[in-house]
Amino acid sequence: MEKLIHDFSLGLFFWQAIILIVIIFILGKFAWKPIVNALEAREEGIANALAAAENAKRDLANLKSDNERLLAEARAERDAMLNDARIMKDQMVAEAKTEAQEQGAKMIAQAQATIQAEKNAAMAEIKNQVSSLSLDIAEKLLKDQLSNKEAQEKLVSKMLEDVKLN
Amino acid sequence: MVTIKKSLHLLAAVLFAMMPAVSSANVDPVQQGDTVHVEQTAIAVETTEHEASHGEEHAEKSNDQFVKEYIDHHLMDDHYYSFFGDKELHKHYGFALPIILIDNGLKVFMSSEDFVYKGKVVENGGQYFKYYHGKIYEVDGPNGEIVYDAEHHPTNKMPLDFSITKNVAGLFLASLLLFLGFTALAKTYKNGPNALPKGIARGLEPLVIYVRDEMAKPNIGHKYKQFMPYLLSVFFLIFLLNLLGLTPLGLNVTGNISVTVCLALFTFLYVNLSGNKDYWKHIFWMPGVPVPMKIVLAPIEVLGMFTKPFSLLIRLFANITAGHSVVMGLIAVAYVMQEALSTPGAIGISFFLTLFLTFLEILVAFLQAFIFTMLSSLFIGSAVQEHDHH
Repeated sequence: MEKLIHDFSLGLFFWQAIILIVIIFILGKFAWKPIVNALEAREEGIANALAAAENAKRDLANLKSDNERLLAEARAERDAMLNDARIMKDQMVAEAKTEAQEQGAKMIAQAQATIQAEKNAAMAEIKNQVSSLSLDIAEKLLKDQLSNKEAQEKLVSKMLEDVKLN
Repeated sequence: MVTIKKSLHLLAAVLFAMMPAVSSANVDPVQQGDTVHVEQTAIAVETTEHEASHGEEHAEKSNDQFVKEYIDHHLMDDHYYSFFGDKELHKHYGFALPIILIDNGLKVFMSSEDFVYKGKVVENGGQYFKYYHGKIYEVDGPNGEIVYDAEHHPTNKMPLDFSITKNVAGLFLASLLLFLGFTALAKTYKNGPNALPKGIARGLEPLVIYVRDEMAKPNIGHKYKQFMPYLLSVFFLIFLLNLLGLTPLGLNVTGNISVTVCLALFTFLYVNLSGNKDYWKHIFWMPGVPVPMKIVLAPIEVLGMFTKPFSLLIRLFANITAGHSVVMGLIAVAYVMQEALSTPGAIGISFFLTLFLTFLEILVAFLQAFIFTMLSSLFIGSAVQEHDHH
């Protein structure tokens, strides 16, 4: 103990005190405080980032389930629409078919009527033509045959004969 | 976290328990050899010792005595920075340090080898100074001698000595290194808290976090931030000085009682100046016990105020001093055991023992810094915490 007290040096104590105070205050200002604050800020940042990541994960999970639901809905809707479309198509096709048939039948009937009418007209025309032609022929024949007396008589007799036969 | 702390405490306890065993076992051979040699040379020395001057006295000493004195000398502070010396030539290799005395005004001069090691009287400002066993004394004149009392203590007047001694130089070196290291660490955070430090600073950051999470936060609680500058300063200063003590620079700063007294005094001041009402109440009027007990407890608690920092200063001083003497003793094995073990044997044994112990000392260097800071924060914590009343 005596040796310890003898070894105690006021000068060294003084310097140690000065240096310690300088270290505490100068390093405190330029190093310890910025370091401790930065570490705290970093840890806070990390905690916040982790919380944000957790939230994002939860949001993502929510979003995913939402998406799945939407997808299922969309799929169902699409199926329904497709179904509707098919039914409509079938209907339209059927309608179109009947209409076409009707139209066709109508057209055919019209055509037939027109043909008949044309035919009748043509027949009438032909009859007229034939009668006029035959009249012309008969006229010419008669003119020709009646140019000589003998032939006239012959024809008359012939005609008379025909009439008799009838 | 809890398991680490427990195992550290356990480790600390084991190391403390081992310390005396290790140190006594290794110092013994030196001292045993000592007595034998001393007896042989005792008669010869006795006749010459008193007339002999300082320089000649060294020549008469045996190897073992030399080692013992060398160790003692290493453990003490010095006014001359000596890296190594030559025993035969009485020469020391190193550099002179400034001496600052307050004695009828400020006296500043450079120390010298002759002044510190050869008892030369130095004149400065009309006064004469002589160096004896690590202290500076005033003497009458150029040939003045130190006058001793009956117990061989000098009776000369001692000037106030504020010299830049070896330990002060070591302190300057350590604080310079701290400044460089930690301003570098602080600078990295200028680019935002997420910028990672590079180089040495990268190794310092986990230590800062360690001090905060293992010492400050658990012991002090939410008020820890205002004590961080002190705790970090003390931790890194002690740790660095302990480590510097293991380098061949030959520093022994934390093994010096003046330094540990100063450190402990700062803890004492921090504890008692930040103590709240509860703290003082627990010292002078302990709540929850009968009145006679309160009266008995008060002086014990007051004593406790002083024993707590006192244990800090003694623990650090004793551990580092013990470590240094053991390491030095083991290095000395290479010189004093050469006859018994042959030269290569002695060097080999010395090398391996010293190597082993130096590794242990690195652990102790950290541990002592840890314990000092840990207990400081514990004491501060007890002074600032709010008790929920029983």
